[in-house]
Amino acid sequence: MTLLQEIITVALCALATMATRFFPFFVFRADKPTPKYILYLGKALPAAIFGMLVVYCLKNVNVFTGSHGLPELIAIALVVLLHLWKRNMLLSIAGGTVCYMVLVQMIF
Amino acid sequence: MSGKETGEKRQGKIRQAFLCAFPKTIPIMMGFLFLGMSYGIYMKVSGFSFLYPLCMSIVIFGGSLEFVAVTMLLGSFAPLQTFLMALMIQARHLFYGIALLEKYKGTGWKKAYLIFGLCDESFSINCSTEVPEGVDKGWFYFFVTILNQSYWVLGATAGGVLGSFIKFDTEGLDFVMTAMFVVIFLEQWLKEKKHYTALIGVLASAVCLLVFGADSFLIPTMVCILCFLTVFRKPIEKAGGLS
Repeated sequence: MTLLQEIITVALCALATMATRFFPFFVFRADKPTPKYILYLGKALPAAIFGMLVVYCLKNVNVFTGSHGLPELIAIALVVLLHLWKRNMLLSIAGGTVCYMVLVQMIF
Repeated sequence: MSGKETGEKRQGKIRQAFLCAFPKTIPIMMGFLFLGMSYGIYMKVSGFSFLYPLCMSIVIFGGSLEFVAVTMLLGSFAPLQTFLMALMIQARHLFYGIALLEKYKGTGWKKAYLIFGLCDESFSINCSTEVPEGVDKGWFYFFVTILNQSYWVLGATAGGVLGSFIKFDTEGLDFVMTAMFVVIFLEQWLKEKKHYTALIGVLASAVCLLVFGADSFLIPTMVCILCFLTVFRKPIEKAGGLS
């Protein structure tokens, strides 16, 4: 990417973000009911989108070659277990990342 | 004389709102400094100067998207995909806005910044806190928002600067983004009674990844997710699994 393309990419991210932040204040009124479909999407979208982002992070993992996605699998399992155990976001993220770094640097 | 008095009064009002807002943001400070620094270091080891996390944490100010933006900046230029992806990741702000319409009314010039700096954490504080009697709510919301953003900007920039002094092998550090999304996804999962929407997200992405490949599966995935959520709205709502 050229510098200009990078600036455009960041600007588009900022623009889309601001669109989602400012939109309701321009369109909806506090004293008028918000369309039901919009409210529904608000509840239904996050889980689906974060599911998509997890897959997005793993998009370049190939289960047929190299380490067969094992480091990813092990580290994700650890993140889930740590999180179910302590419910501490920072601990889960740090623990999983360190585990993954050890796995890819020393074992696989 | 009276002008001076109002000036002092105004200062007192601002200080009082700050003292009320600051303690509420301390837990966020820990999280944002940690995640912000991880993000800054991640950008640095991906080959970007600290100016990138600095600027991006100011103009975007959205953790998930900023992490994803690193991957986008490393890939080929795809403006449409970038814009749609950003919209989908940030769509939840629409609903924060709706919930805050009433609260942010009458906050004057601060309102523009309150909306600009609206993030998950500021939303949860400003939405759930009953501002104490006598404390100016506009200034309270303002300090919550600007303190939270300062922690993030500070963490991200510090990470970008410190990233160049890291001596250990950083291979695998990019997993911090995966771990973060796994945790957020898990939190969403635990909140729901039924997991239809979470499963729609994962399955639609996995199938689109297989069909369209790693470089072009995002737009079809987002289309699929919106279609499925719309088509299966009745059963999903009936299952009552949404928080």
